[in-house]
Amino acid sequence: MLYERFKKWIVAAELAMALVFTPILIGQGKKMIQIKGSDTMINLVQILAEEYMGKNPKATPIAVLGGGSGTGITALINGTTDIANHSRDLSPKETNQMWERGVKPRVFAIAVDGLSIIVNEKNPLNQLTMDQVGAIYRGDVKNWQAVGGPAQPISLYGRQSNSGTYAFLQEHVLKNKNYSPDVKEMNGNAQIIEGVAADAAAIGYAGVGYVVDKATGKPMKGLKILNIAKDAKAQGYSPTDKAAVDSGNYPISRALFQSTNGKPGADAAAFLQFILGPEGQKIVEREGFYPIGAKYIEANTKNLK
Amino acid sequence: MTKQRLRNLKESAAKAFFFTNGILAIVVLLGIFVLLLASAVPAFREIRIKEFLTSAAWDPTSPVKAEYGILSMIASTVLVTVVAVVIAFPIGLGVAAYLSDVAHWRVREIVKPIVEILAGIPSVVVGFLGIVLLGPALAKLFGKTHGLNALNGAILLAVMALPTIISISEDSLNAVPSSYSEASLALGGSRWQTLIRVKIPAALSGIIAAFMLGMGRAIGETMTVLMATGNARAFPHGLLDSVRTMTSNIAIELGEVPYYTTHYYALFAIGLVLFIMTFGVNLVADVVLRKYQEREQ
Repeated sequence: MLYERFKKWIVAAELAMALVFTPILIGQGKKMIQIKGSDTMINLVQILAEEYMGKNPKATPIAVLGGGSGTGITALINGTTDIANHSRDLSPKETNQMWERGVKPRVFAIAVDGLSIIVNEKNPLNQLTMDQVGAIYRGDVKNWQAVGGPAQPISLYGRQSNSGTYAFLQEHVLKNKNYSPDVKEMNGNAQIIEGVAADAAAIGYAGVGYVVDKATGKPMKGLKILNIAKDAKAQGYSPTDKAAVDSGNYPISRALFQSTNGKPGADAAAFLQFILGPEGQKIVEREGFYPIGAKYIEANTKNLK
Repeated sequence: MTKQRLRNLKESAAKAFFFTNGILAIVVLLGIFVLLLASAVPAFREIRIKEFLTSAAWDPTSPVKAEYGILSMIASTVLVTVVAVVIAFPIGLGVAAYLSDVAHWRVREIVKPIVEILAGIPSVVVGFLGIVLLGPALAKLFGKTHGLNALNGAILLAVMALPTIISISEDSLNAVPSSYSEASLALGGSRWQTLIRVKIPAALSGIIAAFMLGMGRAIGETMTVLMATGNARAFPHGLLDSVRTMTSNIAIELGEVPYYTTHYYALFAIGLVLFIMTFGVNLVADVVLRKYQEREQ
């Protein structure tokens, strides 16, 4: 009886509650420095954060997440992260969006990476030119025979579109053309390395910090790191050759960046100074990447002010 | 208050409570549909629906021209789901028939809980097994260099859909009144004939429900296919091609896409297509069930 009378009110109350609760998204948590973005940089930045927190136990805790450079930059634009890790430059579209949302990015170069092209150790090739790598990843060349290898269809491994490494390769090696639709888009550097190590016809790409076994200094088990030459007449260089990466002789080298919205706050600035200082750069080298050179140091110091 | 009035009050309260919960299910479902629709429609301001549904090229971040065609992804989802159900259904029905008809009760006591445990394995773990165990095995079996393809995904999905299919089919077979099987056996039918001609048709509504739920599980599964199918954007030409299902694509791209861009809305549009597909599958199941029940009567 009572139930019959109140049926209408019950439905109304439920709809009202649904409408009220849905937009309430509580985004409060403990005060932490959030760092999101590049999968290439995630291990490096996690170790830097751990060492920093170890040396400064009273400092604000730091949380490092992945998701790819695109995800990190998006989070910076949306205001859901304090620092974005990215392994490529900001795109014009992103700069426009930041302008529209009132985000003024400050970009710090924290390390240098030699983007490595890897094949399975059973592959007889030792060197490729930039053009050949581009042609392979665009899908113009589909068989290893065309670049001097065995008669085997090329098995392509790559990252997904949220990856800075993917975007960097597309700009600098594929010359801003589309990737082949046959690229197997793996979920991170580690999966690419596993895939290439298990697949005799594979080719893949990853930051140099991932492809070198830090204990032995040799390529990871099952991988071969190719020398890359600027063109058919030039000499090929390895990404493990520090001098080649520094001088630009290795054609696919790039800086790894961290960006903040405006001048970094006191906590974030302290962490950045640790990374850019001698201790942080030593950790960068230990993790298989290269420390930043003079031109980046100057720009960084300016941005910290 | 009199005893009678107190009783009436309790009755009303109980009815109201159940009514509230019943309505809640509908409110939630409607809410999801409205959210999907509201977030998907803005995509079609910039993308033509015909291109969205019939183009096989998906490349929203292309520096050349942004492409928003989901045909390859629809084909991949359908391929992986259909093969998974084709593998899982006979095995599932077979196991269910074995457990309900043939097995000794002690065997049943052991096997049934094991099947339920199979349902509890996280999809990430199944995906991991696909990469590490099934991938190399498939590569060796078919003479390819790697095993990250549609077949890998389909087999893993079959494994994940099996417990659902087995549980529900077995319960339906057990719910068939024993008078049916007794009558069949008394009239001279063999146990096989009883199973195929009497028990399974009698339990058909439950078995179709099992089939539909298994298929629903397979269509919506994300993590397993994300890890084990290779995520290549090309249109699949066979079971040994790397594929990218609609669910994997949403999982891959939703994190990186800036809010309220065409790409963002397009991902919700994919979600809407997925929702409609699942809804359609359930609708067909419902119609088939009803027609069969009418025929029964």
